[in-house]
Amino acid sequence: MPEVNGRWVADMKLPRTPANEEPADERAKDFRPVDKGFTEEMAVAEASRCMRCKKPLCVEGCPVNINIPGFIEKIYEHKFGEGLDIIHEASMLPAICGRVCPQENQCEGRCIRGKKSEPVAIGQLERFLGDMPEVASEPKMAPKNGKKVAVIGAGPSGITCAGELARNGFDVTVFEAFFTGGGVLVYGIPEFRLPKAVVKREIDGLEKLGVKFEYNSVVGRITNAEELFAQGYDAMYIATGAGLPKFLNVPGENLPNVFFANEYLTRVNLMKANKFPEYDTPTKRAKNVVVFGGGNVAMDSVRTALRLGAETVTLCYRRTEKEMPARRAEVEHAKAEGVIIHELASPLEFVAGEDGAVKSVKVQNMELGEPDASGRRRPIPIEGSVDELPCDLGVSAIGTNANPIAKLIGPEKLNKWGYIEADEDGRTSDPRIWAGGDIVTGAATVILAMGAGKKAAASMTKALLGE
Amino acid sequence: MYKILEKTQFSEKVFKFRIEAPQMAKHAHAGQFLMVRANETGERVPFTFADWNPEEGWVEFIFMVVGKTTEMLSTYKEGDSLLDVTGPLGQPTEMGDGTWAVIGGGVGLAIAFPVARQLKATGHEVHAIMGARTKDLLLLEDQFRATLPDDHIHITTDDGSYGEKGVVTAPLERLLQEKKVDHVFCVGPVPMMKFSALTAEKYGTPITASLNPIMVDGTGMCGCCRVEVGGETKFACVDGPDFDATKVNWNDLRARQAAYRTEEGQALKAYEEANCACQR
Repeated sequence: MPEVNGRWVADMKLPRTPANEEPADERAKDFRPVDKGFTEEMAVAEASRCMRCKKPLCVEGCPVNINIPGFIEKIYEHKFGEGLDIIHEASMLPAICGRVCPQENQCEGRCIRGKKSEPVAIGQLERFLGDMPEVASEPKMAPKNGKKVAVIGAGPSGITCAGELARNGFDVTVFEAFFTGGGVLVYGIPEFRLPKAVVKREIDGLEKLGVKFEYNSVVGRITNAEELFAQGYDAMYIATGAGLPKFLNVPGENLPNVFFANEYLTRVNLMKANKFPEYDTPTKRAKNVVVFGGGNVAMDSVRTALRLGAETVTLCYRRTEKEMPARRAEVEHAKAEGVIIHELASPLEFVAGEDGAVKSVKVQNMELGEPDASGRRRPIPIEGSVDELPCDLGVSAIGTNANPIAKLIGPEKLNKWGYIEADEDGRTSDPRIWAGGDIVTGAATVILAMGAGKKAAASMTKALLGE
Repeated sequence: MYKILEKTQFSEKVFKFRIEAPQMAKHAHAGQFLMVRANETGERVPFTFADWNPEEGWVEFIFMVVGKTTEMLSTYKEGDSLLDVTGPLGQPTEMGDGTWAVIGGGVGLAIAFPVARQLKATGHEVHAIMGARTKDLLLLEDQFRATLPDDHIHITTDDGSYGEKGVVTAPLERLLQEKKVDHVFCVGPVPMMKFSALTAEKYGTPITASLNPIMVDGTGMCGCCRVEVGGETKFACVDGPDFDATKVNWNDLRARQAAYRTEEGQALKAYEEANCACQR
């Protein structure tokens, strides 16, 4: 029993509660959510595994330092509302981060239970509470302070910042390029991993707090910082995301049916091309799909290809599976669903068939050499070792560069890669402008983007209210 | 929602919408475009601005019925609304000094006109070369004539039903031979732009083409609209849509434009069957 003589003792015998997943062979046929989340019973059992460390390393491992043992204790006590309130002190998006954070490199990677057995399923527990937003206390709203803030981009960083500012009494308007809010959470991350309803709930919640949304508004084009300040905005938070896809720079990259992952995923996630022709945006349903990359976007691409009916889906990565930056769970899901992992292969050329579209891809086989600056072993080409894979649809998922529209927004300084220069609090070279998320850091995680939004909101509040 | 203030029909398949969009009108420039998602199930389609008025708060675009989306748009009436309109997007057309030839082919005339008008308004001498398959498809002749002197307007039709019989490169070549132009702008079907580029290049005259690849987001995020220009990959939506026409890989552009032909046919067929006049 977890309580002994009034002192907490974790259940050390209980193994980690496995994820509550749809069977791999069934789920890969459609876009249903793969992970159904813990039931109450599962969550309470898993909570009993937490040792409630005096110096919890999981909290250190969390980019926004959520009081993890605190909310897990509340789950054990069935005080779910209090548990969610504890998370909300640090993060407003637990339903999202519980699903998409790379927990194995953050909280769970530091969990002491992981040394001898398996770490506590912190991500699952966070999501468990995040999925019952109705039990949280009503947010404390500061009285209106009469100041106006423009937030550019309705992705995870922008919506976090907007929510914090609204609670602090600001009049907040979010400008979003697309017709709906969520950014990468809606155009990038597929339904089977993050249901759109979860994102919509967050956006609806912000509207209830009084946050206004201006959709179809590409700031830098339809308006800009100068005009917004002239209209009475007191400050601005820029969170436009990383944007522009990185090129593979190989011949044939521009052939029909070779995609950047952003396009491949946007067609399905945002434009619902999987429901063509009910929805007007088409996509390609191919037989042999090859995806290049090893991150979460690559995993989302291969798993989307399976769900669009591909016969073979191959993931080519220039290092080995061990070095893949994707969340462990995504790699495991992809493999269980039938994705072929082709390690140590880098694209050389996309080859066109008679119809002019891609029909195969030549890959250079690699081996691992000495570790590079990132600490991962550097892939080196094996001379003369080239394979040709059948490929009637190729996807490049090797990352992004800064979107050039960022420089049109305002006078804030950019670095040589085109990202916005900002300090720890998100302050830029212009005292009225803050920035955060991928447009500052380059492509990173949802939780870091969210954390940046929260920090910037605190800094803006202090600066604008002179506290 | 973006209200259709006015709908004009130019020919059986060519229409103009005037859309209420005050903020967009304030920031629009010649050569830029907007993206329309007409309804909840709609796709995002780019249309270059045909006109705009910041005082009255509207923008206009012209479209030709070529597929499901444009066929559906043609059924919208004045007072109806488009669900989403995003813009202005893309780089404005750069208008260097000197005399210009502005070439528009087919529905490309709708894009050529605001460029010609803006050039004229900023003190340039402008020749317009207007091309169409046949007389009925020649767009905006009145507007061009109201803007430019008659001897600066050169009309060609493929079938000879109006103007001179043939294609736009014939009058272009004459203007270039007579050294009358310093810069050429062209917009229209790929073969027209490709041969205009070859003609201008022969005379060493710079030529800009406004490209029209398929787009999805239109803001540089997805890369669907990429084209090879001078051996480099460029995104028409943020780097363009205007590029040095002599450097464009036209074959790539044409192949990528045609990538969804099967699906486009399928969508149109499904739409026409569902909306057939005999069913109404």
